[in-house]
Amino acid sequence: MRDSFLELNYDIPANDFLHAGEASSSVKKMLNQLGVAPDKVKKTAISMYEAEINAVIHANGGEAHIEIWKDKVIIKISDKGPGIPNVELAMQEGYTTAPDHVRDMGFGAGMGLPNIKRYSDELKIDTEIGKGTVVTITVYLKDK
Amino acid sequence: MKISEISSVLEAEIITGGQNSDLEIYSACGADLMSDVMAFVKENVVLLTGLINPQVVRTAEMMDIKVIVFVRGKTPTQEIIDLANEKGITILTTKYSMFIASGKLYEAGITGRGGCC
Repeated sequence: MRDSFLELNYDIPANDFLHAGEASSSVKKMLNQLGVAPDKVKKTAISMYEAEINAVIHANGGEAHIEIWKDKVIIKISDKGPGIPNVELAMQEGYTTAPDHVRDMGFGAGMGLPNIKRYSDELKIDTEIGKGTVVTITVYLKDK
Repeated sequence: MKISEISSVLEAEIITGGQNSDLEIYSACGADLMSDVMAFVKENVVLLTGLINPQVVRTAEMMDIKVIVFVRGKTPTQEIIDLANEKGITILTTKYSMFIASGKLYEAGITGRGGCC
């Protein structure tokens, strides 16, 4: 059983601000039920929520694939959006390409990816212009 | 400080949730940008905001924030109230602006020391 994990999959609907975050909410609930330490649950929830919001804002939604292992959570958010032209720039706090209506919703201030980096233990961004982006977030559940 | 005291200091109306009445609030975060809220982690926080949409409640949920105060007399929609009830989050509304509401809470003892926004 050492290598087993729990797998969860969600659709992230496009342009749906009312329901954006439901996948993250569901994962948070699951981690709490599994008895994961509250600080690790929070790190995971915030990272995933920012990535989920990014997919809604920039890429017409996408898919979330989550693996909950004994010692880590791996979150993969995939979209078929425009891709990120300059990942280094996108990682800078305050850099944004989000339109005004997104800022009116309280997001799009160039803090999404920096926040994901802040709270995750590993962050991998695979992106291709015109094809889409895959953001892979790992949070370790035990202190090293 | 308990929610009832916050409500009294801000002359605020409690819109949802009596379930957090024993919660002790030590710090406050005033922001309209939800990513700014998520950039700072503290426990037992009240969130003051002028932003009215369901993502305020979602953000509070992710951050384990149990109390939201909507400032400047803004009234949440039923969608927001329903979501807050579902998540066990208490919503208050005050007529005061963000600046005045923050000042009143600070004066009453919620100083937010230690790095919150």
